[in-house]
Amino acid sequence: MSEEKKEREPLFSPKNLKLIKDPLSINNPITVQVLGICSALAVTAKLKPAIVMTISVMVVLAVSNVVISLLRNGIPPRIRIIVQLVVIATMVILVDQVLKAFVYDVSKQLSVFVGLIITNCIIMGRLEAFAMGNKPWPAFLDGIGNALGYGIILIIVAFFREFLGSGTIFDIHVIPQGFYDFGYKNNGLMILPPMALITVGVIIWVQRYRNRDLIEDH
Amino acid sequence: MKAIRNLLDKQKPHFEKGGKLEKFHSMFDAMETLFFVPNRVTTKGAHIRDAIDMKRTMIVVFIALLPALFFGMWNIGYQHFLSYGEHPDFWTMFWYGFLKMLPIIIVTYGVGLGLEIIFAQIRSHDVNEGFFVSGLLIPMIVPPDIPLWQLAIAVAFAVVFGKEVFGGTGMNIMNPALLARAFLFFAYPGNISGDKVWISDKADAFSGATPLGDALTGHFDNLPSVYDMFMGFIPGSNGETSTLMILLGGLFLLMTGIGNWRVMFSFFAGGYIMGLLFNLWGYNEYMQLPAYYHLVMGGFAFGAVFMATDPVTAAQTNKGMYIYGFLAGLMAILIRVFNPAYPEGVMLAILLMNVFAPLIDHYVIAGNIKRRQKRLKLATN
Repeated sequence: MSEEKKEREPLFSPKNLKLIKDPLSINNPITVQVLGICSALAVTAKLKPAIVMTISVMVVLAVSNVVISLLRNGIPPRIRIIVQLVVIATMVILVDQVLKAFVYDVSKQLSVFVGLIITNCIIMGRLEAFAMGNKPWPAFLDGIGNALGYGIILIIVAFFREFLGSGTIFDIHVIPQGFYDFGYKNNGLMILPPMALITVGVIIWVQRYRNRDLIEDH
Repeated sequence: MKAIRNLLDKQKPHFEKGGKLEKFHSMFDAMETLFFVPNRVTTKGAHIRDAIDMKRTMIVVFIALLPALFFGMWNIGYQHFLSYGEHPDFWTMFWYGFLKMLPIIIVTYGVGLGLEIIFAQIRSHDVNEGFFVSGLLIPMIVPPDIPLWQLAIAVAFAVVFGKEVFGGTGMNIMNPALLARAFLFFAYPGNISGDKVWISDKADAFSGATPLGDALTGHFDNLPSVYDMFMGFIPGSNGETSTLMILLGGLFLLMTGIGNWRVMFSFFAGGYIMGLLFNLWGYNEYMQLPAYYHLVMGGFAFGAVFMATDPVTAAQTNKGMYIYGFLAGLMAILIRVFNPAYPEGVMLAILLMNVFAPLIDHYVIAGNIKRRQKRLKLATN
């Protein structure tokens, strides 16, 4: 398959690279398309679950994209959503089992949200919008790119929430004890979900301030 | 006054377009309009403007806050010395409270106005006086010993996320002063809730629980008399203990026509009716508490007079104001009695109703349109 492709265009042609780069900036699934917000609020209190979540979504999205792309000509349009859901659900269950087997404590923290990857709008969105009409290799890159775009926001939000809310990074205390003796306190609000929304809002604010094209006309 | 006018006129050319201090025009404008009502005249169309502009409105509210503020200063001192069993003279107590509140007020205004000016400069707006009243409200609804750095963060949060992201003064959905308090409440609960924080430098042996704290933990025999609670001789946030002083301010607001009697009235009515309903139910001792107790405890009166009536965040239609105030009062008492985590519900109730205010207005207006259409149909048939 890939050999055949190489003749027509290189593996990382500018067009293919764009599939990875765009979701990181001007077509970010969270800050521009505003998809997948729910899990962004739920799993970003600490960095570790955020990263595990990112990897899980990446695996699910990339593999489902490839599978759907391979099947795309055989799926009857009327039942395509069901087929997509079957593929996603299978991948999610696999990921869930792997997490339970190897990182049980994180899996417990993520609790229901791993299962809810099935309903993550980003995944359904990419399958519908991209994998159904593209070849497997671009679909794979698109999956990786969108998962990265999703993950980078998750990780930024989780960094600030963990740093300001718990004073730790990867559960290691980074704010010196002297600060606490002096009267510093961790911000309890950062641990609560509303602050995740506000942090995402700030990221959107900064992004639009730097890139005026993203601001909608009124 | 003349001297100020002359001074301003002399400086004015520097700040106008092309002047060397053009960048700071918004600051100059803020100072000029603070002292003098702007003499700008609309050139096109028919515009009827009230003689009293926003700065003048704000100053009236500011004056209305003063009785409660000064009482609050005295009460901080009174509670402090009381916890040690001392009874110094009036001025010692007032001075103690004054020195406690002064840094809080300075930090609030410094951070709030600083941010407003920065945003006005970036967006090349005029600095407006939106923070003038909020800056005094915030010191009055925090405990006397609130760490100043926490206060600064809360004020910054309230100004940036409560106001500026929506477009500045007049555009905010939620009351910025209450937002600052809510931020403190959820971010640093240890410094703004519980029994330890309401009296400044409290003696360890002294209880220091607010009436609401006592009521929530079931110590009803500790409750102060209604007279004490009405007058405000109780521990609590800096400026909200005295129902009497707040009502004085409220009366002043109503007489000058700045405050809204519909919201105030329905807020009190909502709280009182909820209290009566609880009396009827009477499941536990808190519910059996006479309904009028609720009106003098905690920040209820302050919320009714100064918070719920905020013209920006309250409902705008007359009918909507009744609904808004009533539900806010009702909700406040509901949270007080039912929620074991929050002894006081006024802040959360008003913030919640702030969010619902546009919805209430929408349905009031839609209802009005429907009624008129019906009438029109009847007339034409």
